[in-house]
Amino acid sequence: MAEVKNKNLWVFIETDDQGSAKSVGLELLVPGRRLADKQGGALVAVVLGNNTDAAVAASAEHGADEIICVDQPELAHYTTDAYTKVMCTLVEKYGPTTMLIGATNNGRDLGPRVSCRLNTGLTADCTALDIDDETGNMAWTRPAFGGTLLAPSLCPDQRPPLGTVRPGVFKKEEPVAGRTAPVTREHVDFAEGEIRTQLLETICETAGELVDLENAEIIVSGGRGVGGPEGFAPVRELAAVLGATVGASRAAVDAGWISHAHQVGQTGKTVGPKVYIACGISGAIQHLAGMSSSDVIVAINKDPDAPIFNVADYGLVGDLKVVLPILTEKIKQAKGL
Amino acid sequence: MKKILVCVKQVPDTTEIKIDPVKKTLIRDGVPSIVNPFDAYALELAARIKDKEPGTTVTLLCMGPPQAENALRECLAVGGDKAYLVSGREFGGSDTLATSYILATAVRKLEALEGKFDLIFCGKQAIDGDTAQVGPEMAEHLGLPQITYAVEATAEADRVVVKKEVEEGFEMIAAPYPCVVTVTKPSFDPRFPSIKSKMAAKRATIQVLAFADLEADIDSSRIGLKGSPTKVKKTFTPEVKTSGVKLTAETSEEGAEKLFAVLSENHVL
Repeated sequence: MAEVKNKNLWVFIETDDQGSAKSVGLELLVPGRRLADKQGGALVAVVLGNNTDAAVAASAEHGADEIICVDQPELAHYTTDAYTKVMCTLVEKYGPTTMLIGATNNGRDLGPRVSCRLNTGLTADCTALDIDDETGNMAWTRPAFGGTLLAPSLCPDQRPPLGTVRPGVFKKEEPVAGRTAPVTREHVDFAEGEIRTQLLETICETAGELVDLENAEIIVSGGRGVGGPEGFAPVRELAAVLGATVGASRAAVDAGWISHAHQVGQTGKTVGPKVYIACGISGAIQHLAGMSSSDVIVAINKDPDAPIFNVADYGLVGDLKVVLPILTEKIKQAKGL
Repeated sequence: MKKILVCVKQVPDTTEIKIDPVKKTLIRDGVPSIVNPFDAYALELAARIKDKEPGTTVTLLCMGPPQAENALRECLAVGGDKAYLVSGREFGGSDTLATSYILATAVRKLEALEGKFDLIFCGKQAIDGDTAQVGPEMAEHLGLPQITYAVEATAEADRVVVKKEVEEGFEMIAAPYPCVVTVTKPSFDPRFPSIKSKMAAKRATIQVLAFADLEADIDSSRIGLKGSPTKVKKTFTPEVKTSGVKLTAETSEEGAEKLFAVLSENHVL
């Protein structure tokens, strides 16, 4: 466990191989601001990578009070060993009160490793962050299945408590151009062989379709109720007239009707579009966890008791195979298509 | 010949869990228990290494209540050679850090009995908790390198080469033995058991590691509810939108018209 030396709240700013900040870190500066103010500490962006000037500048423009930056070639590409060592070294030296990590694949690789080395608690995939009024501790809320749906967890004794948050849960703010923040630079030495994994090759997946659910304004999603791979045709047609992205529930993905890239929910993407249209999706908790922060939710389902109706702003009990083509046609007419 | 350990968890089939529409709580009764699907993929990766390199052994390790034995038997039928179950009330209520500590202690115990493992495979996460923390935390306790989100693994003579899923595609990553590998959904399905392998699994002995077996090597202040740094404060159900409009109609055609009218009126589309 690391000693707490101040009330500062840290946000890990993950960078890509070019040294630019990944979006989720900048998103986390939003709740980070609120929590740091509540705790009376500074909001510190921790930027790790190589050639990170752009990420440092972006962190300042997105509201960080201070920046700690470790910029060295060993960090150009993420490795568990290098990033864990650097992060633990920084935490022990500076003693923050809390740290937020984006739940990217790398963030989810790093978080548990750091929490274990520091012997402190980590809460994964938080959907809400707050300060517990009674104890002043961070309250991390995440979906859980142990009897009910959401479980705020506290880490009352070990420090600093850590939490990961998935991309898309918070929306980043507009940057303030030219805003700067003081930067503290650190360097961590590595012995020969200390980084045990070796990247042999990167395979970019451009063959499959690129599905940008996180930034979609409208999403039309299909679930078990679409009935088969061909059942996605009316879903796609509705999406096409709306300029929407096609999403899917785990049931539809697991059945092999549509690729995993479309999956919304606990094991897929977390989304927050302006409009989410759920077609034949019952609304399993895992799915709700990934889309319930959408501005407007429309649900079409045959089953009047489907839990999706609990979160829907507009629900229709009906057969999507009949409803979707009519809806698509009506929208086409209205748009003059 | 490699020595491989595969960690498995028995989980409720969360796709079967439904919300009580009145009480807004989960209905857990009658929900079947299954082998965590990601652990089944991990086992398949191990079994494929064994297919290529006969003489390789696949040991299974599970922590859970006595009935988790069923999950281990299922795994013995599809590639596992022997199985250990860590079970005891003392372990209950452990969060991921405490769980990984117990598992790491059990791994050391098994290694003392059977020699070092070259590879430790885990599912990337369990579908009931979805934290993806236990594998990496166990690797840290054991001081081993880790590769997460594996979809393929090739056991070369002096290193493991893993195809790892990342946001932009895949990476090929190599690590020396011993190494912890956490596995996500590969492009293939796990194998099916044969009648013969099922029968053998049914008869197999599952060795139980109780608290007493690990007591000498474990710091009991780091396990169970008390030894867990994270505490669940309370649970609650997310708010139900009371403002929601639910339309019903005699026919779906009529419903579609109604829905379009409401959505247009409220400028949703």
